[in-house]
Amino acid sequence: MAQKHIAGTVIDVDEEGYMTNRTQWNRQVAEALAQELGITLTPAHWKVLDFIDRDYRERGVVPGIRRLNKVAGIPTKELYALFPDGPIKKAAKIAGCPKPASCV
Amino acid sequence: MPNQAEKIQKVSIIVSRGTLDGVYPGLILANGARMEGIEANLFFTFFGLYAVLKRFNHKLRIATVGNPALRVPHAKGLPLPTLLGALPGMAALATRMLQKQMDKLDIPSVPEFVEMIHDAGGHLYACKATVDLFRLSPEDFVPQVERVLTVGDFYQLAAGGPIIFT
Repeated sequence: MAQKHIAGTVIDVDEEGYMTNRTQWNRQVAEALAQELGITLTPAHWKVLDFIDRDYRERGVVPGIRRLNKVAGIPTKELYALFPDGPIKKAAKIAGCPKPASCV
Repeated sequence: MPNQAEKIQKVSIIVSRGTLDGVYPGLILANGARMEGIEANLFFTFFGLYAVLKRFNHKLRIATVGNPALRVPHAKGLPLPTLLGALPGMAALATRMLQKQMDKLDIPSVPEFVEMIHDAGGHLYACKATVDLFRLSPEDFVPQVERVLTVGDFYQLAAGGPIIFT
């Protein structure tokens, strides 16, 4: 486990940079993590991140594309437009969740 | 740390079988590639074409005959002898059970998956030889199929990345 200085605070991360302590997550941390991935967060991004945040707290699992389609009402195309080249992994990282452990 | 030496940039996946268990691995590989930012081409050939045929792609089934690994009522249950697998309704029943489990795991149905891969930026193609052989025309395919390719076209598209045959 490593520590990382970001957005004026310190977060615990795993070897791939996913946060390991969600209590350290906040919107400023999310903004900074997004910037590292070359993404500037807009309200459309936050709709995805807020859903993942809430869903992860409720179910303990990062939602997949299909759940984001069906439950959050966000189409696949939009997810790829917002988080290019790997929407679930990137969104999960920015949302302070672990690396998604699903194949789909 | 994942191996940074050589990231796969592109994969081209051939789907040649038309059973549910024949189609899913290719779809999962293609979708998974897109989720990693890897370019993905899907090439449907022979009975694999049924995965992108409008009238039939929601009706694919798993094979309950000639599938000695198949067990009922779950993966660690009893083997299903071929003779019983041939009974009317067996394939439908086994298929329903599998689909129910997939739905629980948020694995999309075949038509839904095809759409998802397309929306994710994956490319879908149909094999020319099979289209001729089965006497199909472009209208028979779901709109996500970009075009019908010869094997030569396919190799050109696949250049620079691995080809995976399923």
